[in-house]
Amino acid sequence: MLIKRPAPVRSSEITPESLFRQRRELIKAGLALGLLPGSMLPPQALAAALPDDGRFGVLGQWPNSVTTEPTAYEHVTSYNNYYEFGTDKSDPSRYADMLVTEPWSVAVDGEAENTGSFTLEDILRPHPLEERIYRFRCVEAWSMVVPWVGFPLGDLLERFAPTSRAKYVQFFTLNDRDMMPGVRYPVLDWPYREGLTIAEAMHPLALLTVGLYGRVLPNQNGAPLRLVVPWKYGFKSIKSIVRIRFTETLPQTSWNMANAREYGFYSNVNPDVPHPRWSQASERPIGGGFFTARVPTQLFNGYAEDVAPLYTGLDLVKNY
Amino acid sequence: MFAMTRRSLAWFKAGTVICCLLPLSILLLRGAGFGNLGANPVQEVLHALGTTTLNLLLITLAVTPARKLTGLNWLLRVRRTLGLFAFAYATLHALTYVAVDQRLDWGGLIVDVTERPYVTAGFLALVLMVPLAITSTNAMQRRLGRRWVGLHRSVYLVAALGVLHYFWQVKLDTSGPSVYALILAVLLGYRLVAWAGRRRRRAVLNRP
Repeated sequence: MLIKRPAPVRSSEITPESLFRQRRELIKAGLALGLLPGSMLPPQALAAALPDDGRFGVLGQWPNSVTTEPTAYEHVTSYNNYYEFGTDKSDPSRYADMLVTEPWSVAVDGEAENTGSFTLEDILRPHPLEERIYRFRCVEAWSMVVPWVGFPLGDLLERFAPTSRAKYVQFFTLNDRDMMPGVRYPVLDWPYREGLTIAEAMHPLALLTVGLYGRVLPNQNGAPLRLVVPWKYGFKSIKSIVRIRFTETLPQTSWNMANAREYGFYSNVNPDVPHPRWSQASERPIGGGFFTARVPTQLFNGYAEDVAPLYTGLDLVKNY
Repeated sequence: MFAMTRRSLAWFKAGTVICCLLPLSILLLRGAGFGNLGANPVQEVLHALGTTTLNLLLITLAVTPARKLTGLNWLLRVRRTLGLFAFAYATLHALTYVAVDQRLDWGGLIVDVTERPYVTAGFLALVLMVPLAITSTNAMQRRLGRRWVGLHRSVYLVAALGVLHYFWQVKLDTSGPSVYALILAVLLGYRLVAWAGRRRRRAVLNRP
């Protein structure tokens, strides 16, 4: 049988990376100045919200990154909790290639002026991306150090002009039976949802994330758009966001719905508040060897100086 | 045709020992660099040793029903080996937890045993296995006579505590421990039915 191969791309046809980037900078600058309406852009420019080759160019470096050695890319992308693909840690990396992230849009509704449906390009366009190395602490008492690529969530939320009634923000993950084999099982009440108070969401540490290790997010890590809230247990950092909703009342959050006694709305990392079934006093850094010791867990995962003011006067034991 | 020669019985026993050593050998090989133990090696080893313990406990409990249903009496000859290996894996599991995971942090371990129900269940199961291992010899069996059978029935409780230990630590997806619970229910249910049957027959025989 004859299999027709596409003609190979000649090297002369490949746009040099520098030109490629210049072109994009020009488009970006035009957009920023309001010279180029988004609708006038050729389709390929619209599709280029994320780099086609999967690698971001030179990224701004956030000055407060953790200086500890980041967890190996291999572990960050193969040891995941993403129940939409299955409950085993290896399920997400095994099945996430079933997920198609292009095109992607996010519905914005609730207590805000600018609601509606926004394409990923609409969402990302005005925001410069930067690399931030954060500690990541799972409620299961393991931890990683991850170089994320993103921008502050608050910068995006402001564009929707939340009203004075917006006290909370709720987020929803895609719920698609064809692309996510795990949602066929009712382990959680799908779609996955999470929430923050508006003050938490506006905090400069809350990162809307599109990449890790200088590359576009792998699907198992929540492509194309996820949240990273480094002072809270990992399940608060919702993946593959398709809906953002501003609410006046406390929104539903998936793990709280599944077991309210074990998973509170806040779920701030706190070594002194044990999970009802296990201790949170220490954690196991992923990537260590068999004989590597656990390390003590820090209040707010080490971000207490930045985020403790959000919780003044709040009983952290009652509001777990 | 179901009877066994002395020679084939020896092979059967040796095969059982080899099978029981396999899970440990695989873990050691993976740890030694043939393959790997993944992103979280301590948890991987803990879970593998725990799962093997439960598997062996359930296989041990399956010996009697299998023998009664098939008439293959020689199956009984490996029950002690299976039980002792279950105890050995449980001990390795606990040692990994105490020495490698918790690094002999006795204060923390006491809190775990007293305040975390899944650890309490696992701890009790291990403690209850100790007298069973000690009294597993032929000499002890002879010495204890009828009491030996009564004592060794506590393995039912050990298995139940083991399954509970598994159930209470999963975050949400209980499908894994449910399978073990179901198998245990069948194995214990068989005994209950057999016991009720014996009682009924005895009642009939004793009727004046």
